[in-house]
Amino acid sequence: MRYLDENAIKNIAVGAAVLGTGGGGDPYIGELMALQAIKEHGPVKMLEVDEVPDDALVVPIGMMGAPTVLFEKAPGENEAKNAFQLMEEHLGRKIFATMPIEIGGVNSLLPVAISARLGLPIINVDGMGRAFPELQMVTFYLDGISNSPLVIADERGNTSILQTIDNHWSERIARNITIQMGGSSTVAQYSMSGKQVKNSGVAKSLTFAEGIGKIIRKSKQNPIQEVLSFTSGYSLFEGKVIDIDRKTSTGFARGIATIEGINEDKGKTLSLHFQNEFLLAVENGKPVCITPDLICLLDSETGQPITTEGLRYGVRCTVIGIACNEKWRTEKGIETVGPRYFGYDLEYIPIEIITSEEVI
Amino acid sequence: MSSYRIGIDVGGTNTDAVILNEAMEVISATKIITQDNVSEAILLALKGVVQQANIPTQRITHAMLGTTHCTNAIVERKHLNKVGIIRIGAPASMAVKPLIGFPEDLQSRLGNEVYLVRGGHEYDGREIVPLDKQAIYDAAGKMKGKVDSVAITSIFSPVTQDHEEIAQAIVKEVLGDDIPVSLSFEIGSVGLIERENATILNASVVNVAKAMANGFITALNEEGIDCQVYFGQNDGTLMSVEYAMKYPIYTIACGPTNSLRGASYLSDVENGIVVDVGGTTTDVGVLVDTFPRESALAVEIGKVRTNFRMPDLVSIGLGGGTIIRIKEDNTFTIGPDSVGYRLKEKAMVFGGDTLTATDIAVFLGKANIGDYNNVAHLDVLLLEKIYQQMIAMVENAIDQMKTSGESEPVILVGGGSVLFPWQLKGAAHVYKPENFGVANAIGSAISQVSGQVERIYSLDQFGRLEAMEEAKRLAIEEAIAAGANPDTCKIVEIEDVPLAYLPGNATRISVKAAGELLK
Repeated sequence: MRYLDENAIKNIAVGAAVLGTGGGGDPYIGELMALQAIKEHGPVKMLEVDEVPDDALVVPIGMMGAPTVLFEKAPGENEAKNAFQLMEEHLGRKIFATMPIEIGGVNSLLPVAISARLGLPIINVDGMGRAFPELQMVTFYLDGISNSPLVIADERGNTSILQTIDNHWSERIARNITIQMGGSSTVAQYSMSGKQVKNSGVAKSLTFAEGIGKIIRKSKQNPIQEVLSFTSGYSLFEGKVIDIDRKTSTGFARGIATIEGINEDKGKTLSLHFQNEFLLAVENGKPVCITPDLICLLDSETGQPITTEGLRYGVRCTVIGIACNEKWRTEKGIETVGPRYFGYDLEYIPIEIITSEEVI
Repeated sequence: MSSYRIGIDVGGTNTDAVILNEAMEVISATKIITQDNVSEAILLALKGVVQQANIPTQRITHAMLGTTHCTNAIVERKHLNKVGIIRIGAPASMAVKPLIGFPEDLQSRLGNEVYLVRGGHEYDGREIVPLDKQAIYDAAGKMKGKVDSVAITSIFSPVTQDHEEIAQAIVKEVLGDDIPVSLSFEIGSVGLIERENATILNASVVNVAKAMANGFITALNEEGIDCQVYFGQNDGTLMSVEYAMKYPIYTIACGPTNSLRGASYLSDVENGIVVDVGGTTTDVGVLVDTFPRESALAVEIGKVRTNFRMPDLVSIGLGGGTIIRIKEDNTFTIGPDSVGYRLKEKAMVFGGDTLTATDIAVFLGKANIGDYNNVAHLDVLLLEKIYQQMIAMVENAIDQMKTSGESEPVILVGGGSVLFPWQLKGAAHVYKPENFGVANAIGSAISQVSGQVERIYSLDQFGRLEAMEEAKRLAIEEAIAAGANPDTCKIVEIEDVPLAYLPGNATRISVKAAGELLK
């Protein structure tokens, strides 16, 4: 057990943007929410998974909807309180702790803010070890945990509870409610026992993000090498963005960014395929990193992460790859978040295998 | 009867001034060391350039000033207004209150009149909740006598500005017309916190801008000049005095922009790369249709995050005054420190004791300033090596800014640009235009006026073409309102970014129009 203070929150924010793999939204607003909440209510108590009783009730919380809306219509003070209250009434039990659903992007720090505001501990764990766009794309789902009952809340005080036949239906219905609520909502879902959290979560993800953020924030010059050694990551490509081809379909920011190599990669080209998150990196026609492994785009100078929405002509960047949590590498994991699910017709090959082939 | 215009640009090291004739030819130019007193430097530069030109001062019809007053006030926390802050959007946004991301010393300068009231809109134009007008009356009443200016920000005002405008009317009704009001939809784009921050900063420098403008007009009058006065903004276009009083924040970072615009004008190159070599640093930027390409990153001003647009620049620590150190084993370092404005006392060619980038260029015959004899004894092979590395630094910066492997025109400007050769790697052609040393002041003098809009459109509802046309029309209207000649207005920039996770093909469209000044 330890407490998260202002500095920890700032570190997590930067690390979460890296683990957001281009999506998940800029964690800045979550950072501000968390900073305000600890200013008003004091530091946040963070537990490790083995400190949570097996029978305790844990309810993850996060935002659903468009990051752009969230950055404009920031959350109010009572959405999470209302959502948890309805959840407790429905389940007839008190919530012991909360946790992030995903560590990538804005949803990493929102639960920290809520944790401070409601005086609930937060657990050092999440359900992705990165960011993904859909509600069922969590490691709990792979173990057959249902996301119902799902409570959705807005800032006006509207709440709704969903009991669905499967997690895909939750996604579909919740997204429509979110649109009526103004394009962004607060969602409590995947109620679990402490034991389920231990077995099915990605442990230590808050401190993983914190470690990455600490390196980038303290460094004055090129922190990328240090990030690579901390994350056991792979340096994939260095270059500048020369083209961005965006297509909108089904509400997702989809497209391909083309990066032209500089320095050691001069003369080569990398295509970065994205659907909110970066999902596939192809160098001169050959895949070099494939979802669910993490593809992170960092500013070559500062190491600051670059999101798909922040992608522009001429941005100078370094692409790095990080191996995903092993839970994603199962058959069901690949079916849920592998390349074919996102419409890329190729086999998933773990990053450590692709990169070692390259050396040979 | 010919007429003239004056352009002045304030930089960190030097303040430059030029006078142009009707054909936009430079008839006089001057350079003054800025040091600590910006107003004093402007005055001296003005006096100098007018004296040198020797023209009847009543023929000067326009004066353009690009200055760092507002930037300095925010960075140094000096002369800032007490700002009354109203955010319209409760019950949303309560989890992130205004000023939360501000450094504490700035928070205390701005005061603590902060009010969150119910209202604001959704992305599609619906109200979140109805506007609580009474709460705005109450807030304005409580602020009375405690604030110098007011900043109003409403959620999704870039889509629907009604609530901000109603709030402004109420504030003016209660506080009177003398308290300036900044509305967020006129300042920034989508992104509540960043736009609100920019609006608060804008409100905080209104008095600084007023004093600056009055000072400039007085200085002009003292020289017998009674002309139209304009201020440069960071997109390379001008604002009238009234506009600058309302939107002083737009003056921030107009300097590098002026250099880029001036370089384009002097070389007649519309698309290419500009290398602006100063005393301490070299800025490399990109021209897209004569305007600077904008940066993709969030911009911090005085440690406050805003969603301002800034020119996309790479800055390297190499300028005319950059200090070169040679060690005993003949290895060397280039900068990043510089003798700055003291080049003429410190550099060896001027009799000083410090080896600078300028000395290297003089020794190798690339530049002809100061006294060659002071450096004649140096080692030719070593200095050639140092020079090659200086060139490689600039070539690397140029390459970083390019968007393809193809060669592009490169324009060298700024006082230190004599350092560099006529051939550079990656350059299709190197331009070293006449008057390169005062390209920034020329950029200030030739600026156009612009208008910009950024809105979210549902393409399912509007159709892409129709949405674009409306945005273009609004941008041109803005430019005309800012003083542009309607006949010369054209669209200089269009961007559309689809928004993730929203139905109806919601897209953010931003358009900028610019035109010549109405004579």
